[in-house]
Amino acid sequence: MGAYLVRRLALMVLTLFGMSVVIFVLLRIVPGNIADILFDSAGMVDPAEKARIVAELGLDQPIAAQYLKWIGGLFQGDLGYSYLSEKPTIEEIAPRIPITAKLALLALIFSTVIGVPLGVISAVRQNSGLDYVIRVLSLSGLSLPSFWLGLLILMAAVRYFGDIPIYTRTPASLWDELLLYSLPAAAVGFRSSALVMRLTRSSMLEVLRQDYIRTARSKGASAAAVNFNHGLRNAVLPVITIIGIEAAFLLGGLIVTETVFNIPGVARFLVEAIRWRDYPIVQNLVMFIALVVVVVNLIVDLLYSALDPRIRYAD
Amino acid sequence: MTDSRIDFTAADHAAELARAGAHVTGWRGATLLLIRRYPLGAIGAVIFTLFVFAAVFADVVAPMDPLSTNSRASLAAPSATYLLGADFMGRDVFSRLVYGARISLAVGLGATALGCLFGILVGLLSGYLGGWIDLVVQRVIDIMQSLPLLVMALVMAASLGPSLRNTIIAIAIPLVPNVARVIRSNTLSLREMPFVEAARAVGMGELRIALRHVLPNTLAPIIVLATAQLGSTILTEASLSFLGLGVPEPHPSWGRMLSESAAEYVRTAPWLVIFPGVAISLIVFGTNLLGDAVRDILDPRQRS
Repeated sequence: MGAYLVRRLALMVLTLFGMSVVIFVLLRIVPGNIADILFDSAGMVDPAEKARIVAELGLDQPIAAQYLKWIGGLFQGDLGYSYLSEKPTIEEIAPRIPITAKLALLALIFSTVIGVPLGVISAVRQNSGLDYVIRVLSLSGLSLPSFWLGLLILMAAVRYFGDIPIYTRTPASLWDELLLYSLPAAAVGFRSSALVMRLTRSSMLEVLRQDYIRTARSKGASAAAVNFNHGLRNAVLPVITIIGIEAAFLLGGLIVTETVFNIPGVARFLVEAIRWRDYPIVQNLVMFIALVVVVVNLIVDLLYSALDPRIRYAD
Repeated sequence: MTDSRIDFTAADHAAELARAGAHVTGWRGATLLLIRRYPLGAIGAVIFTLFVFAAVFADVVAPMDPLSTNSRASLAAPSATYLLGADFMGRDVFSRLVYGARISLAVGLGATALGCLFGILVGLLSGYLGGWIDLVVQRVIDIMQSLPLLVMALVMAASLGPSLRNTIIAIAIPLVPNVARVIRSNTLSLREMPFVEAARAVGMGELRIALRHVLPNTLAPIIVLATAQLGSTILTEASLSFLGLGVPEPHPSWGRMLSESAAEYVRTAPWLVIFPGVAISLIVFGTNLLGDAVRDILDPRQRS
C-alpha cells in the first residue's frame, strides 16, 4: 500500500509538471498578447508605450525563461500578478474558489440523490414501461446543454415570479446562499444525474445476474432485501468512481452555468481570463483545476479499496 | 477488409434473431427487425437523418437567406413569414437554424472523425508496440486527461484562434486520449491472439499485422465509441460558441445564437432562447439514442 501511494504521488507530480508545460506553451503560441488587446480596444498607438508594457510584463523574454520564472515563483508561493487588475493572482482566484466549490457540491448531491434511486428502480424493473420512461429521461438529461437548461430556468422564473434569481450581490445568509445556488446547481446536476443513473442501472443489472442473488432469492429473502442488501451494496462501487469523475466533469458544466447565472466563481473567471489573455490567471487556474482532478482521482481510487476489501493495491 | 467485420457482426446478430424465432429475409427484413428490436435507436436514426437532410439541402429547406438582415423585422415574433420569429437584426430564426445544422454536424462529425483517427493511431501504436513508446503515450494521456474536456477545448480554441477549422481541431484533441485508451486496451488483448502469432509465423511484417489483423478487430469498439462521442462533440461546439470562443461570424452556430440572445431576450423575445436550444437538444438526443442502439448491437456484453 505504501509503495503504491508513493508511485501514485510520483505520477501525479509528473502529470502536473507535464500539464504546466502544455498550458504554458499553448498560451504563448496564441497570436496576440494582452498588450495587443489593450491597444486594440483602447485605440492607443504609441509603439514605445506598448513596448514598455511588454517589457514590464516580461513578455519579450524567451519562453523558457518566462516558464522558469513562473515555476520558481510557484514554489515560493508567488503566483504573479493579474495583467488586467494588477492584483496578486492568488487574491483574485482564492475568493472565487468557495463559490464554485459550493455549487459543485450542491450539484453533486443533486445528481446522486436523483441518479442513484432512479438507476436502481430502472434496473429492478428492467424493460418495464417505467424503465423506458426513466431511460428516455436520462438520455434527455445527457442531451440538454446545461446553459440552455439554465436559460429556461431563468425564463420560467421571470414568467412565474417576475424576477430573475441571479447573483447581483453577495448572499447575506446561509438560506439566501442556498436559494441563489440551488437553481444553477440543479441546471448542472441534471446532466450529471443522468450519467449517474445510467451507470447505477448497468452496474445494478450486472450484479442482479450474479449467482449469489439467485441464492439470496431462493433462501427466501424479500425482494427489498435482495435489491438493497445484496444488489445495491455491490453495485455502488462503480457509481462511486463515476461520482468522482463527475466532480471534474461538473467543472465543464459550471463554466457555462456560471456565465448564464452571473455567478462570480472560478469557472466563469477562467473564460474571462482566456478572453483577455491574462496569462498569470489562466495558467495558475488551469493548474489548480488539474490539481483538483488528479487529487479527486486518487481519493476515489483509495476510497474504492477502502470500501471493497477484495481490492488491494499491491507492490 | 474492414467491411467484413461489420458484416460479420450484423450477420451474427441476424443469426441470433433467427434463433429467437424471427424470420430474417434479406436486407429489408433485417432492417425491419432492427427497428422492432431497437425502437429507440430507430427514432434516433430518424431524428439524426432529418438533421442531416436539413444540413445537406439547407438551400432548399430554408425559406430565407440566413445572413440577410431586415431592420423592420427586428425581433419579429413567430408568424407565417417568420416561422420561428426573427432575431434583433431581423434574420429569420428558422433559416438560421437550418444552416446552423451544417455547422453543428460539420464540427460534430469532423471533430469525432479527427479525434478517433488520431486516437486509433496512438492507441494502436502504443498497445501493439509496447515498451517505451507505450510508457510515453500513457503519461501524455494522463496529462491530457487531467483537465475536463470543456476546459481543454476552451484552452485549445483560445490558443488556435476562432475559425471553423480550429474549432474542429480544438474539440478533436481532447477526444484523442479517450479513444486511444480504449483502442490500446483492445490491442493489448488482440496482440496475444493465435491469429497474430500465425501471421507472424508466415513472415508478415509487424506494421502489416497491426494494420491488417489487429486494426479490423478493433472496429466494433471504434464504432461504438465514435457514435457515443458524437453527441458530446456537438454539445461541446455549442458550449464553445456560447462562450464566444467557438465558430465565429458569419456562420450561424446554434450555440452563438443562444449567447447573442441570452440574458436580454429572456423577457422580450423568448423564441430566440427556446428554438436554438431545442435544435441542439434534439440532435444530441437523436445521436445518443442511435449511439445506445449501436452499442447494444455491436457490444454483446452490454446487451440486456
